[in-house]
Amino acid sequence: MATRPIKVLIAKPGLDGHDRGAKVLARGLRDEGFEVVYTGLRQSPEMIATAALQEDVDVVGLSILSGAHMTLLPKICRLLREQGLDDVLVTAGGIIPDDDIPALKEAGIAAVFGPGTTIAEVADFLRANVRSRD
Amino acid sequence: MGEPAARATELCDAALAGDRRALAKLLTAVENRTAVAEAALRRLYPLAGRAHLVGITGPPGAGKSTLVAALIAEVRRAGRSVAVIAVDPSSPITGGALLGDRVRMQSYAGDQDVFIRSMAARGHAGGLASTSGAAATVLDAAGFELIFLETVGTGQSEVEVAAAADTTVVLEAPEMGDEVQAIKAGLLEVADLVVVNKGDRPGAQRTAAQLRAMLVASVPRNDAHHHPRPKRPEVLVTTASTGEGVPELLAALDRHRAAGQDGSAEAARLARAEHQVWAIVSDRLRDRLHGPARRAVTEATLHEVAEHRLDPYTAADRLLGSLGWRD
Repeated sequence: MATRPIKVLIAKPGLDGHDRGAKVLARGLRDEGFEVVYTGLRQSPEMIATAALQEDVDVVGLSILSGAHMTLLPKICRLLREQGLDDVLVTAGGIIPDDDIPALKEAGIAAVFGPGTTIAEVADFLRANVRSRD
Repeated sequence: MGEPAARATELCDAALAGDRRALAKLLTAVENRTAVAEAALRRLYPLAGRAHLVGITGPPGAGKSTLVAALIAEVRRAGRSVAVIAVDPSSPITGGALLGDRVRMQSYAGDQDVFIRSMAARGHAGGLASTSGAAATVLDAAGFELIFLETVGTGQSEVEVAAAADTTVVLEAPEMGDEVQAIKAGLLEVADLVVVNKGDRPGAQRTAAQLRAMLVASVPRNDAHHHPRPKRPEVLVTTASTGEGVPELLAALDRHRAAGQDGSAEAARLARAEHQVWAIVSDRLRDRLHGPARRAVTEATLHEVAEHRLDPYTAADRLLGSLGWRD
């Protein structure tokens, strides 16, 4: 069915304890008509990959402020691929230096949304790039 | 074999062999009411009926998700497998939803015997999604021993979960109301077990005592078969955040399940069957009436009713007649 809502997992990998941004985005995407699964703070890559698999999400959005993105984000992308979730769109947001973005894209992150990104920009990107679903 | 049937066979084979991704895909198909889902459910329904379906309902913030998390831990300690369907509301305005129940239930990565799935209610009132029962059938067929159906935060009358579950747990928080709340009709009446959660808060024991006093006031009559009587639920106290009282709750769930084997669960299963079949009959009727062959007649009839030129009863008879239905 073409009209069914896009399902997004919003997750906070690693140890930073700030999820205001993730919650604002989760709420904003809800208002854009997405079904948003929010998993809360301090998720290991394994927990995020398991949640993405069980929920059969179309998008995994990772919010990270701790500086550990070069370790955690590629690992999550790898775990998703290993579980056969290679058609899931993976995006990141938070505090990520521009210099790191090419390597993250190489690892499988489709887009990095930094501070100042509007909800509408994120929503439009997800709608335009989400996998075709059966 | 058509394409949806082939896809259903592929997904069912994989899911029944333990492939969790295929299971997740089947649940998505069920949620979206696709042709794949229908073909899959025809295959899976005969395999289901073994799991213990437990409904968990209660007001927002009473601790349903936290209690389910504590129950998962307890069930896993006993070496049993468990699945969860956690429903949260959909926006009536945008259709979007924030599914937040997983925040309380985490850390089972790598454990094949725990499967948690969030569902948006998608406009269905009553505390569940319209497809939650079918989703439970899929998880049941996949072999999960216990299935928790966690409703949206409910008020006083979202009793649908009682029809979908073998055992219904109604959760209350301390100091949420007085004795009069406990004797109102509705949600508390369908409880097989009442749990006062947040047992470490002041007033928890008093709330439990008030509930016990009011809920046992229903005295069985000799002619119970001809006169439906409310249930007389056991009242327990838990502190889900610490696990206090949770082993006792799991034991009470098992007792209720065992007690139901004597036949009292039969009526509930029959009611569930009727509910499921009737929902499908109603969907099919609507599909036929709006199908290409009859759409014009159906719409003309609806317009006549909207303009008060035809009463709704005559309209219904006419539409059923157009399907060849004669009483």
